[in-house]
Amino acid sequence: MRLINIKPGPALALFLVLLPFAAVLIAYAVGSDIRLTANPSDKLLPAPGTVGDSMMRLLTEGDRRTGRILFWYDTWASLQRLWLGIAISASVGLVIGLLIGLFPLMRSLLAQFVAVLSMIPPLALLPILFIVFGLGELSKVVLIVVGTLPFIIRDLSQRTVEIPQELLVKAQTLGASSWVIAIRVALPQVMPRLIQAVRLSLGPAWLFLIAAEAIASDLGLGYRIFLVRRYLAMDVILTYVIWITLLAFAMDWLLRRASRRFFPWAEEGL
Amino acid sequence: MSFVTVRDLFQTYGSRPIIERVNVDVAEGEFISIVGASGCGKSTFLRLLLAQERPTRGEIRIDGAEPAREPGLDRGIVFQRYSVFPHMTVRDNIVAGESFRAGWGRFFGDAARAARDRADETLARIGLDHVADNYPATLSGGMQQRLAIAQALAAKPRVLLLDEPFGALDPGTRLSMHGFLQDLRAETGMTVFMVTHDLEEAFKLGDRVLVFDKPRWDPHDPSRYGATITYDFDARDGGIPFQTLKENIHVPEPH
Repeated sequence: MRLINIKPGPALALFLVLLPFAAVLIAYAVGSDIRLTANPSDKLLPAPGTVGDSMMRLLTEGDRRTGRILFWYDTWASLQRLWLGIAISASVGLVIGLLIGLFPLMRSLLAQFVAVLSMIPPLALLPILFIVFGLGELSKVVLIVVGTLPFIIRDLSQRTVEIPQELLVKAQTLGASSWVIAIRVALPQVMPRLIQAVRLSLGPAWLFLIAAEAIASDLGLGYRIFLVRRYLAMDVILTYVIWITLLAFAMDWLLRRASRRFFPWAEEGL
Repeated sequence: MSFVTVRDLFQTYGSRPIIERVNVDVAEGEFISIVGASGCGKSTFLRLLLAQERPTRGEIRIDGAEPAREPGLDRGIVFQRYSVFPHMTVRDNIVAGESFRAGWGRFFGDAARAARDRADETLARIGLDHVADNYPATLSGGMQQRLAIAQALAAKPRVLLLDEPFGALDPGTRLSMHGFLQDLRAETGMTVFMVTHDLEEAFKLGDRVLVFDKPRWDPHDPSRYGATITYDFDARDGGIPFQTLKENIHVPEPH
């Protein structure tokens, strides 16, 4: 039987799904064990148990000076920045994407401009943002917007252009104005795509958030990671990295669910 | 009295002529079938009728009005595919036929309820009331085209244009769609233009069959000349229009 025709059963499928996760955990445990046997005070690969203990401590015990549980404050600060940045990108991207996709005049005006803007490396702008907007929240949010907006605009304008011409002509024969075509035909058609684009932008958004926090901040997940790096506190860093991964995965999952729930007619392979 | 008047119509893409010197007069309520080989400008002619494109020369007038510059309420269209809005339920698709001309593209309050009721009546008449809340993607090809025709008619166009509306359907569905279209037509007396590849369908449904072909042909440069209407058949009575006349002459009147 050819390899392409061999499909795993449910039990084997589950085993195969879990296998790489287990492999990484085991590899880490073995590596950590080897290093700790050689040098019990090694800080590079703390034992899984140690990481677990630190995790509990970080999640439940307050800071010695202020009594605040910094883990949750960090999470809240980072999520606020991320959410704000993504929300601004998504709404501005949706409007500009529709304008470029639907109106030839706007396409001539903006399409090339956005294409050029999207080539600017956002991190190269970070110093400018810090100078212009200061070191506060604004510059971090703006960095996320600068980093994700061009992609969302280009993706959505492309999707809008791809709406079958027949549908736009049909709407016109029903007497729809440009405005009605925009809100009743184009907007609903690109909404699932907007969710898709936001999902794809989450990765870059986290990247820019952590970069901005690492450079100038006093609270946030990225700030904490880069702070404790000075003490080689691998247990704290690992806890935060696992937490960020979980958060990102949960957001992606929620967006996918939302897309299926609100746009059941858009049967795309998600 | 000519309702749709086509005068001296030319359409050229770049330096390539597609159709040339098309003249035709259509009376109100006539069903015109348009046939011809692929690439003979049938669909271009339909797009010109729709005002999706504007001709290089010549003009099309409906009821003596100024030639249209863009698609509008007076011309309804049903395409072979993508004719209904996939993001709206079957019922909303029918309502859209009336509501898209409103400022926000939808009705509110009493107007919305009235439009809903009218849509449900329409759906019951065309046998789609059991799927009113489904999305079009769950419907069969024939049901989708029935919906598309009903949606186009809900806007009450003066001329209905059909671009190979049954091209993608299986023969059985196609036959029932013919019946559906004939009933609708008997009811509304609408002027219809239908492009089709199926000659039998063209003669069965049409009052007239227009044949598009290239009258001149350069074997070294096939795209040199455009197509025009080469035949204009009277298709009533199954394409034998004088049958009744002959019977009246030769068969003695029953007493």
